[in-house]
Amino acid sequence: MSDAESPPDDDVPSVPDDEIPAGDEFEPVQVFPDSDLDLREGADDCYKCSTCDTNCPVAEVDDDFPGPKFQGPEQWRLKRKDDEDIDASIMDCSNCMRCDTACPSDVPLSQMHNEARGEYVDEQMDTWSVEYWRNRVLANYRISAWFASKMPRLANAVMSNSLVRQVGEKLFGVTAEREFPAFAEQTFREWWAERGGPKVQSEDKRVAYFHGCYSNYNTPEVAKAMVRTFEHFSYQIAVPDQGCSGTPMFANGMLDDARRDAELNIKEFSQLVEEGYDVICSCTSCSMALRQEYPELFSFEGTAKVSASTYEAVEYLRIHEDLGSAISDAEVEFPDLAYHAPCHARSQGLDRQAVELFRDLDGVKIEDVGESCSGISGTYGWKSEKYEKSMAIGEEMFEHMDEAEGETGMTECPTCAMQMEHGSGYEIRHPLEVLEAALVSR
Amino acid sequence: MAIEQDVLVVGGGLAGITAAISAARSGAHVRLVSYKQSTLRHASGLVDVLGYTPDGEGPLVDPFDAIDDLPEGHPYERVGTDAVASGLALFDEITAGTYEGSHTDANALVPTHGGTIKPTARYPDSAAAGLASDGRDALLVGFERLPGFDAPLAATHLGATGAPFRARGVTVEFPVKLSADPKVTRFAHLLDQDEGIDGGTRGVRRALAELVKGHLDGAERVGFPAVLGDDHPREVRADLAEYIGADVFEVPMGPPSLPGIRLEDRLFAALDEAGVSIETGNPVVGFERDGDTVASVTVSRTGNEVPYAAEQYVLATGGLVGKGLDSDREGVREPVFDCHIAQPPDRYDWFGDDAFGDHPFARFGVDPDRELRPVDAGGTAEFDNLRAAGAVLGNYDFAAEKSGSGVSLATGYHAGTLAGEEAT
Repeated sequence: MSDAESPPDDDVPSVPDDEIPAGDEFEPVQVFPDSDLDLREGADDCYKCSTCDTNCPVAEVDDDFPGPKFQGPEQWRLKRKDDEDIDASIMDCSNCMRCDTACPSDVPLSQMHNEARGEYVDEQMDTWSVEYWRNRVLANYRISAWFASKMPRLANAVMSNSLVRQVGEKLFGVTAEREFPAFAEQTFREWWAERGGPKVQSEDKRVAYFHGCYSNYNTPEVAKAMVRTFEHFSYQIAVPDQGCSGTPMFANGMLDDARRDAELNIKEFSQLVEEGYDVICSCTSCSMALRQEYPELFSFEGTAKVSASTYEAVEYLRIHEDLGSAISDAEVEFPDLAYHAPCHARSQGLDRQAVELFRDLDGVKIEDVGESCSGISGTYGWKSEKYEKSMAIGEEMFEHMDEAEGETGMTECPTCAMQMEHGSGYEIRHPLEVLEAALVSR
Repeated sequence: MAIEQDVLVVGGGLAGITAAISAARSGAHVRLVSYKQSTLRHASGLVDVLGYTPDGEGPLVDPFDAIDDLPEGHPYERVGTDAVASGLALFDEITAGTYEGSHTDANALVPTHGGTIKPTARYPDSAAAGLASDGRDALLVGFERLPGFDAPLAATHLGATGAPFRARGVTVEFPVKLSADPKVTRFAHLLDQDEGIDGGTRGVRRALAELVKGHLDGAERVGFPAVLGDDHPREVRADLAEYIGADVFEVPMGPPSLPGIRLEDRLFAALDEAGVSIETGNPVVGFERDGDTVASVTVSRTGNEVPYAAEQYVLATGGLVGKGLDSDREGVREPVFDCHIAQPPDRYDWFGDDAFGDHPFARFGVDPDRELRPVDAGGTAEFDNLRAAGAVLGNYDFAAEKSGSGVSLATGYHAGTLAGEEAT
C-alpha cells in the first residue's frame, strides 16, 4: 500500500482520483501560498521540545518575552494568515543565536527571527519615531565611527562627557550608564596603508582579512596582531574595501542597510576567493554573518562561495598550521586571563578553542568564566530600555569573572568585551594578541 | 591539514561521553565532536538498565538476572554482563554524591510525572524520597503555569498502580508572578536565587513552602515537578523540606528536563577532568576511507569541510530522535558512515498496527560484532577502527525494555575502552 491510496475508512473524504500522483511518487500538499522564502520545512522540523526556550538568555530574565520557539516556528505559522501582525516582542530578541545551537532538530530559528524582525521594522514600525532612528544609527555604527575617526580626540572627549551622555539618554534612548569606546588615533586601514600593505608575498598561502568596523576604528591592535601572526606563518594578506558585516543591522531589523553592505562585501571578497584567498575574521559575529546569515538572507552572486571560504582567524591557523606544537614550544609573558566565549563563537563551534589552545602555553593561565551570555548582544545593551535586562543577563558572567584568578579579561567579540569591561573594570584582550605575544618576535 | 587525535568520538550524549572518558583513561588523546545540544536535556535523569524483557515480562526485580537470557545481537549480549557493570561503575564514580541506587543490583521503582512507575537502576538523589516502594503517604504539588505536571491526575494514577501508600495531588500558583507560559528553567532559577518576594525578606522557597504546608494533611513527603533548582538543587530541597516539615522529592518530567540538564553539566565537567577535547556546534558529514579503515571524518563548518583524523573512531550519534539514524520513504540510513541498517524493504512492515504494540522500527540501528564494530549485511566488520555505542545500535527496543541509559553506558564503556587500548 502506498500513501497515495485512499484510507480504508469510508467516513474520511477521499482525494479525487485525478489528484493522486502516479506510482509511489510523493507530492506534498501545498498548505501555504507560495512566498519568496519558504521556511515551511524548518517550521515543520520543530517538535516543540522547548530546548531553545531554556537556552534563551532574554527569556531567562524577562517573563514577558515569549521565547525563540514562539518567535520562530510558531509566529511563522501564525503569519500564514494575512491579517496577522508580527508580535512587537520580536524587538526584544537580542539575536544571540543560542537557539540555533540548542535546537536538536535543525530548525532555522535565527533565520526566522531575522525575517520576522525585518518585516516588523519595514511594515509596522513608525519610521518617524525616535526608536527607529536610534536603532538605525546604532545599527549603522560604522558611519558614526567613520566621522569620529576623522577627529578621534575630539570625538572621545565629546562622547565621554557626562552631559552629552545624559542628553543622549533623554533625547535619543541611548543609555547614559555606559562609556563610549574610545576611537583609535590611527585606524587599522591607515596603519595598513602607511606600512605599504602586505610584507609577505605567497602564491599558495593567501588570506583576505575582514577586519570589521571595531578593529578598524577602535581596537587596531587586534587587527595588527592578526597581521603579524599570519605573516609569521608566511601568509600573504589582502585588506580589501569592506562595509559592516551586517550583524547590528540584522539585530535591528534593518535588512536594507545590511543588504547594501553585504553586496559590497560579497563583491570584494568573492573576487579574492577566486584568486585563491580564504576569508578570515577576528570578530566572531562578523564571521558568523558571512558564514551563516549571508546565505540565509541574500542571494548575490558569490554569496555561497564567500560563506564556504570564511573562517575565524585562530580557527584558520588551527586547521592549516600545527598551532598546537607552536604553542606548546612557546612561552609568553601575559597577565592571567578570564575568558568569555561569545554566543556567536559558540554557534560556530569555537567556544572552547581559546581555552584548549592556550592551556599548553607556558606563562599564562586562562580560565573559562562559564557558558552564560554576556548580555550586551551588540547594540542591544546600549538601548536605555534594554540596559537593565542586559546587565541582568550578564550578572552570571560578572560573578564568574570575579571568581576567576585572572584580573584581565579575554574574548573574541568587541561588544562582549565592552560588557566585560563595564561589569568588572578589567582590561579585555583578544586571543590574537596572546598568539602574537607568544609566537611573533617584534 | 587534518586536526589529529588518537580517538575521535562522534556524539555528545550519554554513550559518547562514556566512550570518551573510557578511552581517555587508557591514555589516549580523545576529542569529542557533537553537533547540537544532546538529547540528555530531554532525558528524565533516570538511569535504567533493564526494566522489562524483550517479551514484555516485568517489571524485573534484578536486571542482571535477565541479561543472560537476552537474544543474540542485543547490545547487552554483545558486550556481556561485565561491561554493563563497568559502565555503571563509571557512572557511579562520575555522579558520586548526586545519584543513588548503587547499593543494590535490584531495580528501584520511581513514580513518573504521568503517575506511572518506572523500574530503574539509578536515580537522582532528588528523586530518592519519592520511591514507590516507600510506604509513607505523599502529597504531589503541581504549579498552575506548568502544564507538564498535573499533580491530582498523577496522584490518581499512582493510586491505580497499587502503590503501598496514599497519594494526593494539589495545584498551587507559584509564589512569583509569572507569564502564562514560563520556561521550566525560570522556576528553577527563581528557586536557586531565592530572592525576597514583593520587596520583602521572605524568599521564594519559604513562600512556596507556606503555600504547600496547608495542604499537607499528614503526608510525610511532598513531590514537586523536577524544577527545584538548576545550580543549587540540594539547598532548594533542604530549605523546602525544613519549611514544610516533610521530606521533599522531585518527580522526573518530560523535556526540557532539569535532571537531564544537571546530568549533562556533571558529565561535561567529567570530560574536562579526563582531559578530553570537546567541540560542539558543527556536524560530521562524511569520511575518507583507507582500505578497511576510516582515515578521517569530515566536519562541516558552515560549508567549509575540515578533516579530523584519528586512529580509532566511536560513532555515538543517537537513534531516530538524536538523528544518528535518518529515514525517509525510501529507507533508514546511518548518515555519517552509511553503515548497514537491516530493515524490511516495504516500509509498511516497519511498524505494527497497535500504537503501543511491537514495532520493528524501534529495533532499527547498526548491527555490531562483539567488539561493537558495525557489520555489513554479510556479518563482516565495515571498518577495522570504527565502533558504535548507544542508541545508534539496533536489535533492542529501549522504550519498551527501559534499557536506554544502561545500553549507552555499557556500550560506551566497551567501545571507548577498546578504542583507547588500540590507539595507544
